[in-house]
Amino acid sequence: MNKIKFVLFKLSILFCVFLFSEKECLGSLADIVSASEIHGFLETRNGYRLQNDLYEKDMSVMDTRVQLEYFGYADKVDFKYKGDFWSDLITEKVEYDMRELWFFSRPSDFMDIKLGRQVLTWGTGDLVFLNDLFPKDWQSFFLGRDAEYLKAPTDAAKISLFFDIGNIDFVYVPKFKSDRYITGEYISHWNGNEKRISGQDVPFDVSKPDDYFKDDEISLRIYRNINNYEYALYGYFGYWKNPKGSTEKGIKTFPLLNVYGASVRGVLYRGIGNAEIAYYDSQDDKNGLDPLVPNSEMRYLIGYTQDISKDFNISLQYYIEYMLDYSAYRQNVKGQNTRHRARNVITLQITRLLMNQDLELIFSMYYSPTDKDCYLKPYIKYKYSDSLSLETGLNVFFGKDEHTFFAQFKNNTNLYTSIRYSF
Amino acid sequence: MKISKKILTGVVAVFSLLGSYVYAEELLVDAIVKKANDVSLYQGYDCKGKLSLVTVDKQGRKRKRELNVLRKNVEGDTGDQKYYTYFLSPAGVRKMVFMVHKNAGMEKDDDRWLYLPSLDLVKRIAASDKRTSFVGSDFLYEDISGRNIYADTHELIETTKDYYVVKNIPKATENVEFAYYIAYISRKTFLPMKLKYFKQDDICFRVIEVVDVANFVSIQNGKEVVFPTVTRSIARNIETGSFTEMVFSKIKYNSGLKDSLFTERYLRKPPREAIR
Repeated sequence: MNKIKFVLFKLSILFCVFLFSEKECLGSLADIVSASEIHGFLETRNGYRLQNDLYEKDMSVMDTRVQLEYFGYADKVDFKYKGDFWSDLITEKVEYDMRELWFFSRPSDFMDIKLGRQVLTWGTGDLVFLNDLFPKDWQSFFLGRDAEYLKAPTDAAKISLFFDIGNIDFVYVPKFKSDRYITGEYISHWNGNEKRISGQDVPFDVSKPDDYFKDDEISLRIYRNINNYEYALYGYFGYWKNPKGSTEKGIKTFPLLNVYGASVRGVLYRGIGNAEIAYYDSQDDKNGLDPLVPNSEMRYLIGYTQDISKDFNISLQYYIEYMLDYSAYRQNVKGQNTRHRARNVITLQITRLLMNQDLELIFSMYYSPTDKDCYLKPYIKYKYSDSLSLETGLNVFFGKDEHTFFAQFKNNTNLYTSIRYSF
Repeated sequence: MKISKKILTGVVAVFSLLGSYVYAEELLVDAIVKKANDVSLYQGYDCKGKLSLVTVDKQGRKRKRELNVLRKNVEGDTGDQKYYTYFLSPAGVRKMVFMVHKNAGMEKDDDRWLYLPSLDLVKRIAASDKRTSFVGSDFLYEDISGRNIYADTHELIETTKDYYVVKNIPKATENVEFAYYIAYISRKTFLPMKLKYFKQDDICFRVIEVVDVANFVSIQNGKEVVFPTVTRSIARNIETGSFTEMVFSKIKYNSGLKDSLFTERYLRKPPREAIR
């Protein structure tokens, strides 16, 4: 593995040298400026909880946001920057999030390189991710921020190679980037240490691997399209993306994780079918005996989507997280809040477009028959004009127990609205 | 007896003549429709250009969509094509890419992908009703990628000085909103210059009209060829009072677009041909 890292590191350096040692480097920069464009949006998004939450504010989201985007290109290289500034009344701060800052180049017919901060996605799931171990921000999603924010950026080098027999994507992340997990700052959640729901009242202590080139991640995808059926194999070598582990003192940790998987997607009957499988190999607890480290898991997904009439689409998925070494887990937790061996989740998404596609009605549902909990996300988007759009929606959580994945967010059920002006 | 035999012979002769005339006319109309289809959709090996669609509704509200389109004919005579569409505006869809592998056969749906750059997400889109609005305009998907000529029966109802007037009746009526449509096909260029869509009761509810045609010179098989191309057309929805003007500009034929442009590689990172 260290050899691969070394090679990737060298390749990245070579790429930088290639970019900046060009004689016409200054010329290129001038070209970039001439072929550049600036865009963005202004947005205000306000949301409230629909019930009392002992540990959070009544406001669920209170963002006034500016996003700016700059794109330019020259002969051999593209450049993009995208950043968000917003005043956040939940944290009572002005926040900044650099979403993209990358260089892209096609040094040869069979190679693409993208270097810098970027958003990365792969896999076949619709809002369900198995082999995509790039950082997510479910917190933003649950608060009703735009779908764009479900994906958090990564600082990475992505090298893609294209051959007749198949294509390869290598992604090297020099310093581990976790998901933007639930900390209690915005969203109250089940606290395993306290054995109760907590929020802003309990500090969320984590110990995160954060040494450059030591605490790194490698993601790999080999894929091929045969008659428009897309086949892929995946590999990931890094850490659990959420702080699922713990120290003896209750500080949350990110244990080592390798993931191996495969997927297929293509035409099925009158729609599109997809299937994906992943083996989560929990490296720090090979046989499931350590109660402070999550067990290994198998994850399975099948999905189907079809247009049932004009501008009316339905997508249905079945997802299973199957815990390995379950008896060891049962002994460890001693019967308290035991999870099911196989957590089943059904997702349903209905999309309806009306009024010349200016009005978008979307209903999303995640329902777990094993956890007996549910997350509903209905929302309406209306494009008042080409630059002005309005949105309102609900994030509804309910369930039988307090500790299951969706039910723990019960008190965060919220209603939000937004106005966005794009330029 | 003799007379009746003569009459019979005469009648038979007339009918057989009529029969061959009808047959010839069927041949003629099918050839016209095929030629019109070739000229409007298949000229050159490949074609690229910029589409601007301005839709004005009954209240006078304007919506503008701009997209670059790359099109390539698949080798052989299957009629299959590949389309790559890069959105330039409005802001909400900027940089999105919509890719179609058009399967001309009646039995196979098109393969379609959508790339959402802010999520770096490649979505596979389910085949849908082709008579849905194209990017929210008064043009339909089928107006852009072409209605399968075998989906209708064709009848040449008139030949004027300028046009072949062809009535097209859908073979399957459940998937279309019209009872029939009449195409005015230019006798000179074979471009359909006007399409009028009718409901069951002969009421015209939709019209597409070509406003401008320009000739583009290109090289094909080492020879200089001229491709007449629609550069400005208007689709009117008479029922809603809305219309869309579509302008096709920056047109270039046979620029040698590679097959690899129409794959996931370029979906995730558009080629220069698409973003300029």
